Amino acid sequence: MIADILTGAVRSGTSVMLASQGELISERAGVINLGTEGSMLAGALGGFAVTVWTGNPWLGALAGGGCGLLLSLLHAVLVVGFGANQLATGLAIMFFGIGLTSFFGRDFVSSQIVGFNPVPIPLLSDIPFVGGILFNHDPLTYLSVLLVPAIWYLLFRTRLGIMVRTAGEREDVLFASGLNPRLIRACAVLAGGFLAGLGGAQLSIAYTHSWVENMTAGRGVVAVALVIFASWKPQRAMLGAYLFGAAQALQLTVQQQGWAISPFFLFMFPYLLTLAALLLVERRKLSRTPEALGRVLAGDPGG
Amino acid sequence: MKLSSSKSSLTGIIAALLAVIVFVAGCSQPGSGGSSGGANSGTAEAGAEGSAAPGSGGSAVGFIFVGTKDDYGYNQAAYLGSQAVEKAFPDLKVLRSENVPETAEAERVMEQMIKDGAKIIFPTSYGHLEPALNVAKRHPDVAFYHQGGLKTAANLGTYFGTIWEPVYLAGVTAGKMSKTGKLGYIVSVPIPQVLLNVNAFELGAKSVNPDATTSVVFTGSWCDPGQQANAVNSLLDGGADVISQHQDCSKTIVEAAERRGAMTVGYHADSSALAPKGWLTGSEWNWPDLFVDMVRTAADGGFKGSVYDGKYRGMLKDDVVRLSTFGSAVPDEVKAFVEERKQEIVDGTLHPFAGPVKDQSGQERIAAGQAPTTDELEAMDYLVEGVVGSIPQ
Repeated sequence: MIADILTGAVRSGTSVMLASQGELISERAGVINLGTEGSMLAGALGGFAVTVWTGNPWLGALAGGGCGLLLSLLHAVLVVGFGANQLATGLAIMFFGIGLTSFFGRDFVSSQIVGFNPVPIPLLSDIPFVGGILFNHDPLTYLSVLLVPAIWYLLFRTRLGIMVRTAGEREDVLFASGLNPRLIRACAVLAGGFLAGLGGAQLSIAYTHSWVENMTAGRGVVAVALVIFASWKPQRAMLGAYLFGAAQALQLTVQQQGWAISPFFLFMFPYLLTLAALLLVERRKLSRTPEALGRVLAGDPGG
Repeated sequence: MKLSSSKSSLTGIIAALLAVIVFVAGCSQPGSGGSSGGANSGTAEAGAEGSAAPGSGGSAVGFIFVGTKDDYGYNQAAYLGSQAVEKAFPDLKVLRSENVPETAEAERVMEQMIKDGAKIIFPTSYGHLEPALNVAKRHPDVAFYHQGGLKTAANLGTYFGTIWEPVYLAGVTAGKMSKTGKLGYIVSVPIPQVLLNVNAFELGAKSVNPDATTSVVFTGSWCDPGQQANAVNSLLDGGADVISQHQDCSKTIVEAAERRGAMTVGYHADSSALAPKGWLTGSEWNWPDLFVDMVRTAADGGFKGSVYDGKYRGMLKDDVVRLSTFGSAVPDEVKAFVEERKQEIVDGTLHPFAGPVKDQSGQERIAAGQAPTTDELEAMDYLVEGVVGSIPQ
């Protein structure tokens, strides 16, 4: 039963994890993007549509990332370009994404695809307990796991990473070094949109093999919340996403035990857990808030 | 300084985020989603002037759906019915509107249909009832046929089917076919319709395998593919080998179970094409003939006093609800056995809920020798013995 829950954690946490990694890059550069939900939906639909047309889920995944990026371009232009309020813009883009994908997705609801399927890794997947949890997933899931150390390395061990983080902390320093902080911010937002789109595509072409309007059902917003929970650290965002996935799986497993717990309480459980984790972390880790982000949260328009 | 000020606002942000999460999660249920309104197809010349009999004298028939027409589910079944009406009445324009939320927006759509000449309107989702009642009050010359409603009005009748009869038969099939004796049932929220189906399924399975259990899993949504896939995996990991469901969209579940080599039981519409290996059977609505008859009755001015002027419930014997075709996995002797039970239900010699029926706590809910009425069944608020899962008390 524990193995089932942990397997479920990875299965249902991966889309959220990808989106949260993207949002993390964006927030590190000082831009909070509530439109992540919209980017995920755009990625889910774009990825599904391209997989229907080409029959190739890899192209679909790429297209999904591209669609997520396109929607985040809107956020980048409005927020970084015109200095619009980040929170209001993000919310507007989220609802725009929901409407847009519902409209264009109508013809894909009944389409069937041959998407990504679980590929057990030889030998490793035979290890008892751990094998099933870690080494029997779809290719996008493996990719997403490899992505986390890559993003960590990029952010904390390369010059590019320093530039991104400086954009989120002290943009005048960048300016003084002859770099354009706005450009760096915009690129970080776009990278975030791409990963959110990839996460959406994982949901549609790898996990469910379906497209249904508003199929992300709040996962993008959870991803944004997770980044704060994770104190803007990639490995903790990964942990948080799997925690959310585990709570979703646990909820379903608990129901099958026949314990007298109201299903309505269980529906809240993943969000309650996320809330609890957020509150816990807020007390201790606040000093790590990127400064530019702190200004946005404190009411400055940002940008 | 800066840090302390951002701290208090961080709390605000978190609160706002959670509000948004709850809102968006709620939006995942068809009906509350603020999605595309769906356009009425075509226009029609203004309707003839109203006559006394509701439903007569119109130039169009309106259908509103809560979801999309090809969801392999609830809406697709109703859409097929609207197509039959289109074919049977070439003189009547069929107006359709998909993705109509269960809000005042539905009233607006119905008003527009009436403007476009509709004198007969089918609001096909459970939550369309209240908006329809409001519009019905304003337009006594229009006949409304609401799907599944428990309330009626002078010019609004409701229709539905005793779908639990084929669900019972699907349970018999699942009970015969399951090797583990553990069946999984994916549902949305604990409302009477849902509990009725889960119970019928378990009673059917138990009639052929006394040890069979049905694990019920609530997802909280009528269509959240991510949670549906989770639920399929979770039930199969828990040892179930047959997956049934009561969701508005069923494609993800049927496909996911097929990919994992499990058997599936469908609901609402025939989705055997999605699971060539694991499909057992399913329960379907057969609206076409009924819709055509309902439209004819109202258009001829005979709405008042007809069977449709009130709560109409079509049964297996009326062919309003059906057992889906059997999949290739089902051997002939099982098919024959289920067909026999079906004939007994049609003949009235077998009642799926014939007592004694005990609930999960072992308390007798239906006494031996008793058979509850449809009205009593539609108020079901318990799960029967053998169902694993819990509902709020």
